[in-house]
Amino acid sequence: MTTIDDTSTAGPSAVVPHATPVLQARGLVKTFGRVVGLDGVDLALYPGEVLAIIGDNGAGKSTLVKCLTGAEVPDQGEILLDGEKVHFKRPQDARAAGIETVYQTLAVSPSLDIASNLFLGREVRRPGFLGKVLRLTDQAGMRESARRELRELGISTLQDVTVPVENLSGGQRQAVAVARAAAFGSKVVVLDEPTAALGVRESGQVLELVRTLRDRGIPVIIISHNMPHVFEIADRIHVQRLGRCAATITPQSHSMTEAVAIMTGAAQA
Amino acid sequence: MTTTTATADPAAEFLDRRSPLERARGVLHRYPALSPAIVLVLSVIVFGQLNDRFLALSNLSLITQQVAVVGTLAAAQTLIILTAGIDLSVGAVMVLASMVMAQVASGSGAPPVLALAFGLLVGMACGALNGFLVTRLKLPPFIATLGTFNVFTAVALLYSRGATVRGGDMPAVMTWTGTTFPVFGVRVSTGVLLMLGAYLVLAVALSRTAWGKHVYAVGDDKDAARLSGISVNRVLLSVYLSAGVILALAAWIQIGRANAASPNVGVDMNLDSITAVVIGGTSLFGGRGVIWGTLLGALIVGVFRNGLSLAGLDVLYQTLAVGVLVIVAVSLDQWIRKVRK
Ligand SMILES: Nc1ncnc2c1ncn2[C@@H]1O[C@H](COP(=O)(O)OP(=O)(O)O)[C@@H](O)[C@H]1O
Ligand SMILES: [Mg+2]
Repeated sequence: MTTIDDTSTAGPSAVVPHATPVLQARGLVKTFGRVVGLDGVDLALYPGEVLAIIGDNGAGKSTLVKCLTGAEVPDQGEILLDGEKVHFKRPQDARAAGIETVYQTLAVSPSLDIASNLFLGREVRRPGFLGKVLRLTDQAGMRESARRELRELGISTLQDVTVPVENLSGGQRQAVAVARAAAFGSKVVVLDEPTAALGVRESGQVLELVRTLRDRGIPVIIISHNMPHVFEIADRIHVQRLGRCAATITPQSHSMTEAVAIMTGAAQA
Repeated sequence: MTTTTATADPAAEFLDRRSPLERARGVLHRYPALSPAIVLVLSVIVFGQLNDRFLALSNLSLITQQVAVVGTLAAAQTLIILTAGIDLSVGAVMVLASMVMAQVASGSGAPPVLALAFGLLVGMACGALNGFLVTRLKLPPFIATLGTFNVFTAVALLYSRGATVRGGDMPAVMTWTGTTFPVFGVRVSTGVLLMLGAYLVLAVALSRTAWGKHVYAVGDDKDAARLSGISVNRVLLSVYLSAGVILALAAWIQIGRANAASPNVGVDMNLDSITAVVIGGTSLFGGRGVIWGTLLGALIVGVFRNGLSLAGLDVLYQTLAVGVLVIVAVSLDQWIRKVRK
């Protein structure tokens, strides 16, 4: 049983040894007044892998991905994308750099339809005068690509892209949010507890989506409380505890019970 | 009313199990302009039955002219309410802009285009101030515009020294919005056409541009919009600025309609504009509604006021009826919104 405590130096032998991480964080610190959200966290995401982040409530999982995706600005530490330092001030910055996120509080607009939600914030304009001068959007084109994208991701239950998102079930909304993150040639997809509010069948569909993304070569960071899900889908597991990375393990190196023990502090990695 | 039977139909699982009432609610939810359209048609039929003169072309023409100013204010109000805000200052902004337009046009001998441009600038400056208070100082729109409502009203009175500028003292361009011309026997005023133009532009902008989608998204859920990469403050500011432009247009229409610019007329129109928006099916909670619904709402108010006065009822009954309409409209909205899971 081998564990890798410092991913930045040891590298994940389970996946791609010695490759440059797509996304890397070093020594992230984030405080909220007196509350320490992150207390010096390192994290590395390698090409083509699914990295799960597990940890107790309040361990700093959401804060960690918010820092990685521009929703929060860390007090200290650095973030590297393809080995280059980046400074995200807003979610737009991270998005522009190719990091797409599905936040724990779903960031969809309920009254807009599926196609509008997929393209929210990156609408496609019509060609020529209508688009350049009058700034009209290409509704038909966006609907068509929305349909195609959903089909390619295997989300067959969402064929009518003109339905307002508020009319969808929880799982379908989640699928819209994931599809949105996956749809636009993104470099990294980050999912914060995507299955927490879902039933068994709907969770299965979201996990299937994650696999589809990995098969497309897009690395995924996924936060989850659900150990069976994590062990089913992850290549590596980052265990977050009290604002720090307690260990980085793999489903092969550790059992679920051992992972939970590290998570709760009952065992050292 | 739903009834459950003990003998389960095997196909029942695939049927739409919502009651007719729930299905109706679903339809009203998807098409917010539908309920005001039904109300407008019904009220026109009823008032037509009550009084022969109601459906006369001259009377219908009068209704549209009476609606032009409030209808334009309500267009601006719709933009604000779609972002889950409210603007109590629309009437005051219009009055201030109209006083500036009238004074520049009548006093200084400046070309009327300049007078209109000054009015536009005043409208935009007022919008910018409201937008600044809401986005930078983070004041709730209700409070911010309650403050500016008083400020703009006072400034308009101070600036004009309380005096009305008569239409005859201004170049003809200033009262051009009040002139009428026949369309298939109905006299239509230029002001009504300008109002319709404003609605058309807004309708396209709201449904066919990225900006329009962002306005809805911001009203729907600010945080979700932010996480989707929308600059919430920039959208809000643009909304208050656009409202200012529309209010300057309303000022011009008002000068034509009244054939004068008066600092005392129209300040209280903010409530009528909110009434039109609410009756038009736009949700006060933001993110839901269509601009055409507001036009229908403004027409409904106009039809009620006109129809009740033709029926010989005291003006107080008009006020009463409009009040009831608002309460019914908001209750309906609350009920419709329950569709949301
Ligand atoms: N915006 C915030 N303001 C204050 N404290 C926060 C904020 N966000 C997170 N925290 C605190 O930071 C810690 C880590 O939170 P979080 O990252 O949400 O944990 P997790 O997602 O692992 O449950 C918690 O103690 C939480 O209360
Ligand atoms: Mg969390």
